[in-house]
Amino acid sequence: MSSTAYALTDSWTMTRRELARWGRRPAAVVVNLVFPVMLLLMFGYLVGGGRGVSGDYLDFLVPGMLALTMAFGLEGTMIAVTQDLDKGVIDRFRSMPMANGAVLVGRSAADMLQSALGLTVLLGVAAALGWRPQGGPDGFLGAVGLLLLFRFAMLWIGIHLALIAGKPELVQAVQILVWPVGFLSNAFAAPESMPDWLGTVVEWNPMSQTATAVRDLFGSPGGEPGHVWAAVVWPLALLAVFFPLAVRRFSRLSR
Amino acid sequence: MADAAITVEGARKTFGGKHALDGLDLTVTRGTVHGVLGPNGAGKTTLVRILSTLLRPDAGRVEVAGHDVVREAYAVRLRIGLLGQHAALDEELGGRQNLELFGRLHHLGARRARARADELLERFELSGTGPKAVKQYSGGMRRRLDLAASLITEPEVLFLDEPTTGLDPRGRAEVWDSVRSLVGGGTTVLLTTQYLEEADQLADRICLVDAGRVVADGTADTLKAAIGGDRIDVVLRDAGQLGAAVALLPVAKDAVTVDTDRRLLSAPVIDRMAALTGVVRALEEAGIEAEDIALRRPTLDEVFLRLTGHDDRTTEAA
Ligand SMILES: Nc1ncnc2c1ncn2[C@@H]1O[C@H](COP(=O)(O)OP(=O)(O)OP(=O)(O)O)[C@@H](O)[C@H]1O
Ligand SMILES: [Mg+2]
Repeated sequence: MSSTAYALTDSWTMTRRELARWGRRPAAVVVNLVFPVMLLLMFGYLVGGGRGVSGDYLDFLVPGMLALTMAFGLEGTMIAVTQDLDKGVIDRFRSMPMANGAVLVGRSAADMLQSALGLTVLLGVAAALGWRPQGGPDGFLGAVGLLLLFRFAMLWIGIHLALIAGKPELVQAVQILVWPVGFLSNAFAAPESMPDWLGTVVEWNPMSQTATAVRDLFGSPGGEPGHVWAAVVWPLALLAVFFPLAVRRFSRLSR
Repeated sequence: MADAAITVEGARKTFGGKHALDGLDLTVTRGTVHGVLGPNGAGKTTLVRILSTLLRPDAGRVEVAGHDVVREAYAVRLRIGLLGQHAALDEELGGRQNLELFGRLHHLGARRARARADELLERFELSGTGPKAVKQYSGGMRRRLDLAASLITEPEVLFLDEPTTGLDPRGRAEVWDSVRSLVGGGTTVLLTTQYLEEADQLADRICLVDAGRVVADGTADTLKAAIGGDRIDVVLRDAGQLGAAVALLPVAKDAVTVDTDRRLLSAPVIDRMAALTGVVRALEEAGIEAEDIALRRPTLDEVFLRLTGHDDRTTEAA
C-alpha cells in the first residue's frame, strides 16, 4: 500500500476507535446531544424573550443555540485529547508504524461527526417546536456549512489547548473560560440591548459573527446581510493560527 | 557491531537543565535479555522513551535493530514493541477491541488483526474478559494486556519499562514467564527494573544506571562478585556490645557496617551456612545476646554505595 493509502486507513481506524468509544458510553453521548436541547428549551420558554430582539424569539434563539453548541464542542475535544495523553495511549500510537497525522485526523473526524449529529438533533427539536428557516435550501446548507466551519476552528483550538494542558484536571480551567465566551455572545440577546463596552465585546466574539451570519441565511431576526464573510474569515483566521500550532505541539511531544 | 540489536553511544537528554541521560553508552546483543537496573530518577524511562522513538536525544547515536531512532524512526517502529512504565491502553474499550485497534494500526488488515487479538488474549489468559472495559481490569490483567499489545507483530526488539512494578508475586511470576518464552523465540529484550532479583532472574547481562550513566556492566554473576555476594545482619540486644561483636564476625573489621541506632552489624559473607553457624557460636561463647540474625542478598542501596562510592539514591515521590 502507498503511504497515502496508509494515512487514510489509519485515520479511518482512529475514527472507528472513537465510534467504538461512543458505543461504550451511550449515556454520555446522549447527554451531550440533549444538553443544547435543554438550553434551547430553558431559554426559549423559561427565561423568555431576549432583550432587544425584534420578531419571534425562537427564530432568534435557534441560530444562537446552534453556534453555542459548536463552541461548547471545544470542551469535548479537550477532554478526549487530555485523557488520551494522560492514559499514555498516545505514546503507544506514537511508538507504532502508523501515519503521523492519523491520531489528530481521527480525533477531528469523530468530533465533527458528533457535532453534525448535535446540529441535526437541535434542528430537529427546533422544527418540532414550530421553527422554520426562511432562507431556502441554499441558505440552509450555507448556514450548516458556516456552523461546521466554526466548529472545525474550535476543534483545533481545543487540540492545541489540550496538548498544552496535558492533564484532564486542567481542562476545568478552560471550561470556566468557555462559558463566558459562550455567553458573552449574541446567542441569547441582541448586543444593542447591552451596555456599550459589553456590546462591543459581544459583537467581536467570533461566535457572534457565526450566529449573525446564520440568522441572516435562515432569514431570522438579528441577521445582518454581509456577515457571511466575517463568519468565513474569522474561523479561517483562527485555523490559520491554531492548526499549525497544534500540529507543531503534537510533533514536539518528542522534545 | 553486526550482531547488536541496540547501540547507544553518548546519549544525552536534558530536561530544563537537569541531565536525565548524561552520556550513556550501551550495547545489547541480538537475542539476549539486557537488564537496566537503577533507582528512581536514574534515567531508565528516559532511555526507553528514546529507544522507542518517543523522545529525541539531545546528543549521541542511538540505533535499534540497525536503524537510527531519529532519522529512521519509522523503520524502528516497524521492529519494536513497547511496554511503558504505565499502561498505554484505551481504558474505555475492552481487551479485544484494544488489540484489534493496535493490530489494524500495524496494518495487519481486519481479519488478521482479529485473529491475532484472539491469539494473544488466549496466550495471556485474557480470553475470559469478554467485553469488559479495561478500566475495570485488575493491575495484573492490565499489565498482561499491555504486554500483549506490545507483541502484536512479534517485534525484533522489545522494551519493558519496569514490567512488574506494582504487581503482586503471582502477577510478577506471570510476566516473568511471558518474557522467558519470548526470548526463546529470538526476541531481544531490554528491561528496566529497580529489583536486583528481577534482573537476576531474567537478564543475560545487566547494567547499573545512576544519574543518567552506566556505572557498572556485566553478567549477574560478575556484578554479584563485585558487590560481595550475600550479607549477614546481626541485631544485638545491647548497643554497648557492638564493638566487641565486630571482632567476632568472619571478615575484616573495615568491611563491617555498624548502625548504632538500630544496634545492627552487617557484613559480607562468602559461605552462607558456615558464616551463620560460626557467628551464632562465637556470639554465644562471648556471652553476647543477639535479637536477630539473618542472611540476605545485598540491597540495591548497597550495590550503589559500593559501585558509585556514594549513596545518592534520590528517592523521589513517584
Ligand atoms: N518530561 C520530563 N520533564 C522534566 N524532567 C523529566 C522528564 N522526564 C524525566 N525527567 C527527569 O529526568 C530524570 C530521569 O527520569 P526517568 O523517568 O528517566 O527516571 P527513571 O529511572 O525511569 O525513574 P523511575 O524509577 O522513578 O521510573 C528524573 O530526575 C526526572 O525527574
Ligand atoms: Mg521510570
